[in-house]
Amino acid sequence: MKIAVNGDAAEVRDGLNVLELLAERQVKMPDMVSVELNGEILARPDFATTIVRDGDQVEFLYFMGGGA
Amino acid sequence: MNLTDSQIERYSRHIILEQVGLAGQEALGRAKVLIVGAGGLGSPAALYLGAAGVGTLGIADADAVDLSNLQRQVIHHTADVGRPKVESAAERIRALNPEVTVRAYPERVRAANALAIMRDYDFVIDGTDSFAAKFLLNDAAYFAGKPLSHAGILRFEGQLTTIRPGASACYRCLFREPPPAGAVPSCSQAGVLGVLAGVVGCLQATEAIKYILGLGELLTDSLLTYDALAMRFRKVAVRRSPDCPLCGDRPSIKELVDPEEAACELRP
Ligand SMILES: [Zn+2]
Repeated sequence: MKIAVNGDAAEVRDGLNVLELLAERQVKMPDMVSVELNGEILARPDFATTIVRDGDQVEFLYFMGGGA
Repeated sequence: MNLTDSQIERYSRHIILEQVGLAGQEALGRAKVLIVGAGGLGSPAALYLGAAGVGTLGIADADAVDLSNLQRQVIHHTADVGRPKVESAAERIRALNPEVTVRAYPERVRAANALAIMRDYDFVIDGTDSFAAKFLLNDAAYFAGKPLSHAGILRFEGQLTTIRPGASACYRCLFREPPPAGAVPSCSQAGVLGVLAGVVGCLQATEAIKYILGLGELLTDSLLTYDALAMRFRKVAVRRSPDCPLCGDRPSIKELVDPEEAACELRP
């Protein structure tokens, strides 16, 4: 099925949950990413139980603490 | 407030803009913007807001200028190494535009002083370099009811969002709490492309000016990400979270407290 990850089209297998998607996309520190699914921020405990569906828009939002 | 002839000349490229005009320039002159952190983000923001004729600029920073700052913190010059950053920043803004009132706060912004410092300002710019400070400013802006431009930078990437407390998504709506110490590189050890700080700090200044002038669309309910290597800007729509511990339906944060200080370290 086709989804969009940070605006880029991605082909992923059916039944993938968000935690598996993070692994598949080789996000090195999944604890440090906020995930927005179709415009809603997902609670971290829901990553493993939220199944990605065809056409979903997924945004990985990364912590960035610099500024000086 | 009536602009003098020299002010009309100084700001002529603003005044000639239909959307700014004399009234807009006068509004800038009455405006007060607080910049927390006179570093990579704060330097360009302070210079452009000073040049733009923002009447009062507050600059808060407890640090002294270090040689390694000069690669990006363009408000400080080589001869300033060792001086308090608020001093060199204030001097540079006054030299650029003597009409700007600069208020220096040579201190760290913390739960104990944040609300008192923010009280008198119209808009706050987060130019800090730690998660603790960024969460603190987000929370303080919420409790003080002040619009805030949040930004973060890392290596070749930056992101920013504008927060109108209670009306648009806050930093905690997106990121609930600071990451565990050492888990995410935040600043010095990670490295940052100097000019990246300039780009993002200028975007923050743009938001402040738009807010003051009531122009265009603010970057509220949006996270703008910038990848300098790909030269790609993306605007990600975000929204207030009912589960936000600060501005959600059942907030757990009811007063301003200092977030835990995460170490600014890169793990091997
Ligand atoms: Zn919030």
